[in-house]
Amino acid sequence: MTSKKLTNIISTAVPLPAENIDTDQIIPARFLKATHREGFGNHLFYDWRYNNKGALNPDCILNQPAWSGRILIAGKNFGCGSSREHAAWAIKDYGFDVIICSFFADIFRNNALNNFLLPLQVSEEVVQQLLQTVTAYPSLILEIDMAQTLLSVRELNLHLPFPMNSYKKSCFLNGHDDLAYLLSIKEEIKNFERNRPVYK
Amino acid sequence: MSGKLNLMGKTLFDKIWECHIVKEIEEGPSVLYIDRHYIHEVTSPQAFRSLEEKNIPVFRPHQVWATADHNIPTQDQHLPIKDTLSAQQVQLLTENCRKHNIKLMGIGHPFNGIVHVIGPELGITQPGMTIVCGDSHTSTHGAFGCLAFGIGTSEVEMVLATQCLLQHRPKIMRIQIDGQLQPGVLSKDIILYLIARLSTNGATGYFIEFAGDTIRNLSMEARMTICNMSIEMGARGGLIAPDETTFTYLRNREFLSDEEWEKQLPIWKTLYSDPAASFDKEIRINAADISPMITYGTNPGMGVGIGDKIPLLKDVEASAQKDYRHALAYMGLNEGQAMNGLHIDYVFIGSCTNARIEDLRIVADFIKGKKKSEHVTAWIVPGSKQVAEQAEQEGIGTILRDAGFQLRQPGCSACLAMNEDKIPEGKYCVSTSNRNFEGRQGINARTILASPLTAAAAAITGHICDARMLL
Repeated sequence: MTSKKLTNIISTAVPLPAENIDTDQIIPARFLKATHREGFGNHLFYDWRYNNKGALNPDCILNQPAWSGRILIAGKNFGCGSSREHAAWAIKDYGFDVIICSFFADIFRNNALNNFLLPLQVSEEVVQQLLQTVTAYPSLILEIDMAQTLLSVRELNLHLPFPMNSYKKSCFLNGHDDLAYLLSIKEEIKNFERNRPVYK
Repeated sequence: MSGKLNLMGKTLFDKIWECHIVKEIEEGPSVLYIDRHYIHEVTSPQAFRSLEEKNIPVFRPHQVWATADHNIPTQDQHLPIKDTLSAQQVQLLTENCRKHNIKLMGIGHPFNGIVHVIGPELGITQPGMTIVCGDSHTSTHGAFGCLAFGIGTSEVEMVLATQCLLQHRPKIMRIQIDGQLQPGVLSKDIILYLIARLSTNGATGYFIEFAGDTIRNLSMEARMTICNMSIEMGARGGLIAPDETTFTYLRNREFLSDEEWEKQLPIWKTLYSDPAASFDKEIRINAADISPMITYGTNPGMGVGIGDKIPLLKDVEASAQKDYRHALAYMGLNEGQAMNGLHIDYVFIGSCTNARIEDLRIVADFIKGKKKSEHVTAWIVPGSKQVAEQAEQEGIGTILRDAGFQLRQPGCSACLAMNEDKIPEGKYCVSTSNRNFEGRQGINARTILASPLTAAAAAITGHICDARMLL
């Protein structure tokens, strides 16, 4: 089960500059046949990490030991395509807790949030700066303060607030999920069903 | 509630949205009530498992409808599924539906088919509803004037447990298309044209309302193709105001009684954007500008008119040039190359985008009396059992078989190649599906998206060609 609660993260990062990374790249459909949530990390970016004979592709940055960490930095429109939550499960299971990108595909963003995988949105300019710096200096440390919703990189003198509504922030800090909230208002839902409004 | 002034009039989206808000969370999302929930074998097992672990029952089983479509074989469906993992997923769906009293139209059922084909054809999808499914192409149902969108498995679990979701109101875009389409231009060409213009992320954060007289003149099948692919420009969903075409389509559907139809009709007739409604973004398109479209790259936005050439690298945004080179290398194509004349190996006519009876009729009308090119493997996979049956009744099956097409049994098939229907490495496939992502139709398969007419023409000639020249 995905570990809940995400507070402060201090980690190196992996740069993945491609844009429009779709969920078929994140996890190809042929790996969607499992009926548990665990273990999808083995198949993350499978066709990038392995060649078609199943051998490691040394060109893939995820196979290069210099880069590692809990943060992935990616080109814009990350997670477009299918709604498969397996993509978020695979990323989380592989060991990432944060993806930094200038914008995310809508369904992927929700899936990430529901798995306490932080879709951290900053400007494209900042993404490019981070991609370049991390590519050149893999040991660069990024810090994320959830309570302050702040991304900091001391070496770059960067201290940036990132958007996150207070409801979701509280979910991340306390490990609460949407399901728990919805179950807590079940009487209100039943009441809504009894008094459905009409179109105006 | 929406922040829009009532004096200004309301959009269709807002009319439906507001009627489904259970409550709003301060500085957070809204609680949106869901009328219809479609489930399938691939994105539901983890949701049921999680509910069982927490001992939570399914809240409104009669608002949930299930089908097996994503991983099922399209041949010999009466036999056990050979792939063990696929068989397990289908079995688990069957067990979960039985346990939770959910209506299942599984493999072999007379109503079985692709979730986005059967929902409308059975009359389960109706105007004004909120509809979700663990599949991004749920946007299809927006063609009936619904708020329909894809969700992840955690959200499937939420809807099973509470019939609600937490959602932020998206921005609303209107795309107005007016004028007469050129002969041979289909709704698939309209949506591929729009995606090429707006790009694969041009509508991220938006719901799109499609309007204008070109849209009004389309059949329900054609409207569904457009709404289906609105997700491919990043939109949360697409919708079209219901009208006489919609109401007529919904008559005599299995799960919509005449009585209910009569009762709902006056309500459905209130579902349109008020003339004074304002949109966050508006785009106008002249239908006459649209040619038959074809994709050359690895996302649905990489498309050109059938007579056009692949764009030159220098004309691509600097930041995107590396990805562009990579995409063309994957496709084995060159900048500046004409798509017309490209030798192809496979044709796949199917998927939730283009596997309805109208699509099969278009193909049959075109290929009648012709033979497929010898080197082409042509698969046609109907969207549902009902479509397959109707095709036989209309003689379409015979025409297809006579032309050398393989007419398969319903399912998602080679659209995402979860079953055996895979395109071999390096082969070109002209496909009526919705995504040309790398590896989507098989490892290193090369997908070229097109309309059913363009796909049929490619099957006959063995290369990409302008079907209008053969009409």
